Amino acid sequence: MNGGREDLRVDGRGCEDYRCVEVETDVVSNTSGSARIKLGHTDILVGVKAEMGTPKLERPDEGYLEFFVDCSANATPEFEGRGGDDLGTEIANTLYRTFNNKSSVDLKALCISPREHCWVLYVDVLLLECGGNLFDAISIAVKAALFNTRIPRVHVLMDEEGSKDIELSDDPYDCIRLGVENVPCIVTLCKIGCRHVVDASLQEEACSLASLLLSVTSKGAVTCMRKVGKGSLDPESIFEMMETGKRVGKVLHAALQSILHKEESLGPKRQKVGFLG
Amino acid sequence: MALEMRLPAVRRPLSETLGRDSKKHLVVPGDTITTDTGFMRGHGTYMGEEKLLASVAGSVERVNKLICVKALKTRYNGEVGDIVVGRITEVQQKRWKVETNSRLDSVLLLSSMNLPGGELRRRSAEDELAMRGFLQEGDLISAEVQAVFSDGAVSLHTRSLKYGKLGQGVLVQVSPSLVKRQKTHFHDLPCGASVILGNNGFIWIYPTPEHKDEDAGGFIANLEPVSLADREVISRLRNCIVLLVTQKMLLYDTSILYCYEVSLPHQIKDILKPDVMEEIVLETRQRLLEQEG
Repeated sequence: MNGGREDLRVDGRGCEDYRCVEVETDVVSNTSGSARIKLGHTDILVGVKAEMGTPKLERPDEGYLEFFVDCSANATPEFEGRGGDDLGTEIANTLYRTFNNKSSVDLKALCISPREHCWVLYVDVLLLECGGNLFDAISIAVKAALFNTRIPRVHVLMDEEGSKDIELSDDPYDCIRLGVENVPCIVTLCKIGCRHVVDASLQEEACSLASLLLSVTSKGAVTCMRKVGKGSLDPESIFEMMETGKRVGKVLHAALQSILHKEESLGPKRQKVGFLG
Repeated sequence: MALEMRLPAVRRPLSETLGRDSKKHLVVPGDTITTDTGFMRGHGTYMGEEKLLASVAGSVERVNKLICVKALKTRYNGEVGDIVVGRITEVQQKRWKVETNSRLDSVLLLSSMNLPGGELRRRSAEDELAMRGFLQEGDLISAEVQAVFSDGAVSLHTRSLKYGKLGQGVLVQVSPSLVKRQKTHFHDLPCGASVILGNNGFIWIYPTPEHKDEDAGGFIANLEPVSLADREVISRLRNCIVLLVTQKMLLYDTSILYCYEVSLPHQIKDILKPDVMEEIVLETRQRLLEQEG
């Protein structure tokens, strides 16, 4: 615990260092977009499926996102049976709050015809292994999966009787991509002793009484903030943690963008590692 | 602050690059080991249809007429005389229950515990009531196995001044099969830290105490803050041990020490990166082979 004061944690990292992250997209072939993230021992798989549905009544010209989190029983023994449901709903609710603003994802691009058809993106998160710092890894994986999502382009045709017909374009590679520059990432700051650390491992999470979940965009804007844990946080330390979170968030976004572009530039000939590497 | 993101790379198993001389006979549960009936059955084997079959996944070891299968990842099976590091889970009437990564919780009887001051007397009712003062739930202790019950539960004792409650340090949990059996499991490494290699797979790294308190009997935990230099040595050792474990190398004082020396040019947090890990492991193996040959 005292190591936090001197910026040296048990595994030699500083208070603001992340463990090594492995990113791979397009791992699941029958989804519109997918990503797999390995952060230390935490392993997350996200799949995005685009389906057609009717827009919500209060927003007739926008599509929407639906989140579902499944805590696999392989992750830790506590998730056996229905043990993982509570954590799953908590993570899904946090994701809804994070994306609940106009600028994260361009929802108007998901609309096909107002009040009748729109694209609904079903984002499914699967926790394969639980090794600490779940929220960060899940948000990075969701951003990578949305970057990888390819939604087929559709044209709306007017029939003779006046009814609308939706036509899928013939070219399978003709698709629209989502702009993910404003998609936020969650940074979890755990308070241990009197300092706060980023990317806590399982043991560090067990020592911390309170942590702050901050969802930060690449420009440093905060979209959602949540406190978890049964300890209390001093208002001054909350300000410090917010500043750290914004700083760390910007670096995280920059690194993620560069790795995603690098992966895409390798083209379709890149060697896919998948699950048996 | 440091953040590294990378694309996953297919990792080749390292043993191919080294070229093992002797091929180990690896089996999975249900595999036939031999059809020769002249052998004695050891651990991990059973007789079925006049064939010797393996019941665990591991490598076959043969000593003259005894065949046994040594499993790679098991729970700890106690043997008399082993050193273990355990965590107290319960305080019961005349004993403590200790968690040692085995199938059943181990037992530490009050009569097997050293009283402070080293006196030898009959344990009275007041000693029973004061049990919680000695060891509480969550404390870490080092102890020796005194006896093994018929159901496999292990009975511990701390009847020497070198055993007892552990103070500040770092615990690393590994598989028991990776800890080599040696004469002594308490090592004072020259780099400035000490390590206890428990046979049950719990490895305790702690700063070397300057002077040994003979009359404390291992109860007084030193809670003074540890210096930064000591902390760095301990972090580096911890990362080296985790590295050796991921590469499935046997853990003993020489291998840990060589790994530590080889890792000195790298930063502590870089040791666990995949490419740096491979480099360090190859060099460590090289040095160990040179030392043996």
